[in-house]
Amino acid sequence: MRLSNIVMAAGLVAAAIGFGSAQAADISGAGATFPYPIYAKWADTYKKETGIGLNYQSIGSGGGIKQIKAKTVTFGASDAPLKPEELEKAGLVQFPTVIGGVVPIINLPGIKPGDITLDGQTLADIFQGKITTWNDEAIKKLNPNVDLPATAIAVVHRSDGSGTSFVFTTYLSQVSKAWADGVGAASAVEWPVGLGAKGNEGVAAGVGQTKGAIGYVEYAYAAQNGMTFTNLINRDGQKVAPESANFAAAAANVDWANTPGYYVILTNEPGATSWPITAATFILVYKKPDDAAAVAEALKFFSWAYETGDQAAADLHYIPLPDNVVASIKETWAKEILGADGKPVFAGK
Amino acid sequence: MVDAAMTGLRSTGVDSAKLKRMNSFRVGDATFRGLTFGAALLVLLLLGGVIISLIHGSIPAFSAFGLDFLTTQSWNPVTEKFGALAPIYGTIVTSIIALVVAVPVGIGIAIFLTELCPPVLKRPIGVAIELLAGIPSIIYGIWGLFVFAPFFQTEIQPVLIDIFGNIPGLSSVFAGPPYGIGVLTAGFILAIMVLPFITSITRDVFDTVPAVLKEATYGLGCTTGEVVTKVVLPYSRVGVIGGIMLGLGRALGETMAVTFVIGNAHKISASIMAPGTTISASIANEFTEAVGDLYTSSLIALGLILFVITFIVLACARLMLMRMNAKAGN
Repeated sequence: MRLSNIVMAAGLVAAAIGFGSAQAADISGAGATFPYPIYAKWADTYKKETGIGLNYQSIGSGGGIKQIKAKTVTFGASDAPLKPEELEKAGLVQFPTVIGGVVPIINLPGIKPGDITLDGQTLADIFQGKITTWNDEAIKKLNPNVDLPATAIAVVHRSDGSGTSFVFTTYLSQVSKAWADGVGAASAVEWPVGLGAKGNEGVAAGVGQTKGAIGYVEYAYAAQNGMTFTNLINRDGQKVAPESANFAAAAANVDWANTPGYYVILTNEPGATSWPITAATFILVYKKPDDAAAVAEALKFFSWAYETGDQAAADLHYIPLPDNVVASIKETWAKEILGADGKPVFAGK
Repeated sequence: MVDAAMTGLRSTGVDSAKLKRMNSFRVGDATFRGLTFGAALLVLLLLGGVIISLIHGSIPAFSAFGLDFLTTQSWNPVTEKFGALAPIYGTIVTSIIALVVAVPVGIGIAIFLTELCPPVLKRPIGVAIELLAGIPSIIYGIWGLFVFAPFFQTEIQPVLIDIFGNIPGLSSVFAGPPYGIGVLTAGFILAIMVLPFITSITRDVFDTVPAVLKEATYGLGCTTGEVVTKVVLPYSRVGVIGGIMLGLGRALGETMAVTFVIGNAHKISASIMAPGTTISASIANEFTEAVGDLYTSSLIALGLILFVITFIVLACARLMLMRMNAKAGN
C-alpha cells in the first residue's frame, strides 16, 4: 500500500502539472471489469457532450475496493457489494449502476443454445463433481426430449478472482446446502473440480475446445459471441431463458429503497420469469469526500448515465436500473454524500 | 592515476595552468567513480528493498499458518485457509518438464550450428532462435491456449495415455482425461520459451572452444560425437550450465504464458496432464481480487517463496560449478 501511495503522489504531481486550473480534470475511477464496456461507452458519449472525460481502469473489483480505500481514485467499482457495516466503517456510500446476468455455457455436439435446461441443484452437483456424465439421471429428468450422450462433464471455472464467480457461487450457495457448507461464495473459491481459465475469454475457449465441457460467463459475453447457453429453472419452478427481460424481472422484485447500502444480491429471486443468476454492479464513493468537486463531477456523470444511457446499456446487453431505483439512489446522494459545509456535493439532476 | 601524475608534476615544478587542468581531471575521476558506485549500490538497495517488503508483507500469513503454509495444499479464500504446497509443486514440476525437453534440444541445436551446419544455414537458424527469445510471453500464452492446447488434446495426449496406460506407475502419471491444458502443456510451452536462452548461450560458448583443440581431436581420428562429448562439452561446461540455469530461472518465474495453459487448480495430482498451478500464475490470477489482509499476505508469501527457490537454484548452480572446476583441476 505504501508503494501505491508513492504512485498516487507521483500521479497527483503529474495531474497538477498536466491540468491548468481552467480545464476541468477527468473523472477517475477504478474497479470491476464486468461493467467496463458500458462505462467506456457512456464516457465516450459524455466526453463528446460535456468535454469531461472518464479515466476508468478496469483492474477488478478487489482492486477497485483497494484503490478507493487508498483514496487514489474518485470512485471505486465492484461487482460484489460491500456489506452495510463495512461501508459504515470505511465511510463509503454504495449504489448500483447496471444489471447483468451470468449464464451457464456448454459444449455438446448437436446441442444448440437453449436446448438444455438445468436447475440450481443439478448445477451445484455438476460443479462439485457429483454429476460426472451428461446422461446422468438428474440431467435426463430435466431434459426428457433431448438425446444426452454419455460424455464426461468437464467443468471450467474462472481462475482469476472475479465478480462473475462471486455471483455464480452465491447462487450455488443459495440453492445447494452442500455447496454453501463445502465451498461457499466469494470472488475466488476452492473449486472442488475442474479447470481454471483466465477471464471470460479463457472460460469460453476452455468450454469451446473441450467436448462435454460446462462453464459460466457474463451474459453480455455469451450474447456477443453466440455461445451455447442453457436455460435454468428459477425459484418459482419455471423454466427461463437468459434474456434481458428476465434479468430485469429479477431486479424488479427487490425492495431497493429500503435496503441499507443497496446491499442487494439478485440471485435466486422470486418471480415467474426471473433469471436466477442476476447481479447488479456497484459504485463506491466517500460520504465526506476530501475533494468534493471531483465527487460532484462523478455523480453528475452517473446521473447523466441514468437519464440518457439506457439505450447504450441495452445495446451492450446490460439491463438499466428501474426508474424508482434511480430516484432512490439520487435521494441517497442528496442525503449522505456531503461536502465540508454539510451540504450535498451534488444537488442537480 | 591522475594522482600519481600530479605528484610527479609538482616535484618537477610545472606551471599552474597544467596543474589546474589535472586537478579538474581528478574531480572528474572521483565523480565518475562515485556515479558508478552509486549505480552498483542502487542494485543492492533495490534487491534489499524487495526482500524487506516481501518479508514484511508475508508476516501476517506466516504468523497465521506457521510452517504449515509450506506443507498444506488447501487454498481456500472463503475460509481464509491458505497453503502453498500446490503452487510450489507446480512451479518445480513445470520447470523440470521444461528443462527435460529444452536441454537436449537446445544443446542439439547448438552442436549442429557449431559443428555440422553448412555456413549458409548458420545465420538464418541463429536469427530464428533469437527471434524466438524476443516474442512476448502473452503471445506464447494465447498461442498455447488457442493453437497448441487443442492440438495437444486431440493428437498427443490420447497417444500418451494409450502408450503409458498399461505400465504400472507411469499409467497414473499420464492419466486422462485429455483436457489439452494442464501441467504437461505448461511444461512444453515453457520448454519452447527457454529453448532460445539455452541454445544461444550454448552456441556462443561452443564457439569459444579453440579450433586447434577440435582439429587435433579430429586428426586423431575421432568422430564428431566423440569431439563433442570429449572436447567441446568438457571445455565449455561452465557456460552450458550457465545457459541452463538462465533458462531455469526464466521457467521458474514465467507468469503469463503459464497462467493461460496450466489450468489453475490449487491441487497436486499424480497425473501431469491434470490442471495445476504455479506460484507466479497464482499471484497473477488472484492478486487484483484478493480482498482481506490474510489473502493478500499469503500471495506475497508465495512471492517470497519463489524468491527463495530462485536463490536456492542459483546457489546450487554456483556450487555445482565450483565442484566441477575443482574436479577438473585435479
